[in-house]
Amino acid sequence: MTIDTTPKMRWWERLAHPGQFVAWTTPLVWPLAGLTAVLFLLGLWFAFFNSPADYQMGDTVRIMYVHVPTAWLSQFVYATMAVSALGTLVWRHPMADVSMKAAAPLGAAFTAMALYTGSLWGRPTWGTFWEWDGRMTSTLVLLFIYLGIVALWRAFDDQLRAARIVAIFTLVGAVNIPIIKFSVDWWSTLHQPASVFRADGPTMPGSILVPLFIMFFAFTFLFLTLQLVAMQTEVRRRRVATLERKAARGEAA
Amino acid sequence: MSGFSALLRRELRLALAHGGEMLTLVLFFVIVGAITPFAVGPDQALLARIAPGIVWIAAFLAMLLGLGRLFGPDHEDGTLTLLRLAELPLAAAVAAKVIVHWLTAALPLVLATPILALLLAMDGETLGRTMVSLLVGTPALAGFGAVGAAVTLAARRGGLLAPILIAPLSVPVLIFGVGAVSPSGGPDQAWTALLLLAALSLMAAALSPLVAALALAWGEE
Repeated sequence: MTIDTTPKMRWWERLAHPGQFVAWTTPLVWPLAGLTAVLFLLGLWFAFFNSPADYQMGDTVRIMYVHVPTAWLSQFVYATMAVSALGTLVWRHPMADVSMKAAAPLGAAFTAMALYTGSLWGRPTWGTFWEWDGRMTSTLVLLFIYLGIVALWRAFDDQLRAARIVAIFTLVGAVNIPIIKFSVDWWSTLHQPASVFRADGPTMPGSILVPLFIMFFAFTFLFLTLQLVAMQTEVRRRRVATLERKAARGEAA
Repeated sequence: MSGFSALLRRELRLALAHGGEMLTLVLFFVIVGAITPFAVGPDQALLARIAPGIVWIAAFLAMLLGLGRLFGPDHEDGTLTLLRLAELPLAAAVAAKVIVHWLTAALPLVLATPILALLLAMDGETLGRTMVSLLVGTPALAGFGAVGAAVTLAARRGGLLAPILIAPLSVPVLIFGVGAVSPSGGPDQAWTALLLLAALSLMAAALSPLVAALALAWGEE
């Protein structure tokens, strides 16, 4: 099916060839999805039925099993995007572009989910949906950066040019995120001395850590599965666009 | 270096030839500041407390408005392509543009701050601090603005997109800019904020021409 025009490709280069990529990742999607489902079932069972309620927060502590993994992914996905951006800028690799484009809406979704579950959790424990606390504020700014990147992708017709521009902005964001985090922490401690609940205060017992770890892997595998499918879709979308352009020119597709 | 200074002179002459634009920007800055009391009420004590924040937001918005003319006209008439092919590195050309952008879109705002100070019941000391923090912090806004303008130059509706991209990056500038004025944590904190603001400005001034030039070169290709 795929015509190998460059026979000297080494095996890792072949893995990253767009056509080959779709071919070797397609059989991986269903096993990964199954693993994700099993991890979710197991993690949710632990979270709902086999972990204690907190003596202060009661059952609302179970929100943590969704909140903490999504908050972790909000940063992990940005790291994925930054590494892909390097791939785009240094090697101009088309799969790096595709990975970057696929990750942006996923990252925005996980960040929004972390904020949403955080505010649901904050209502019964802090008494407010929103607190201008350092972590929440920097997560909100991160969401704005994600949405800006998604908007930037959509503002270009030429995807190759878009990839390079977005890669530059993604790396500018990667340099700025630690600065934003530091400044927001400085700002929130200046305006309101630590009055909020800290998750790292009390050490967590194992009964909480086990479901947290399972959920953590469940969400990470969810991201991997969605990322793979989104990358395949993007490769196919580009192929369709190329075929359409050829057809419009009157060539044999 | 002579090419750089020639370009600097050209940009300045162009900006000053349309001096009306500069005055419009200052007018916008003053109006944004003057319209806030209608929204929050004419309470002098409240206004005096939030005045530095209002001035910073007004300056931030005014500088965003001025971004359109940073690369836009040169992109339309093809000058940007000539600059790309010129002997002078594109980053130096961008640096000249950013310097002129700061001189024509930020410096007039700093000079117009006393008008807002009068309207917003600022005392003399706060006015001085605000002007110093604006002077130290606006180069960072100009730098981030140049990156945002360069990244969105080739995009559809880039003018709308640029502020969305720049605003999250400008959060530290606003935090330290206002932090350097209203010393809620004592004079030590204000001094720290001013130093951090200076660090941000120096970093933005050094790196943003390179990043913006990269975006311009690759966006044109």
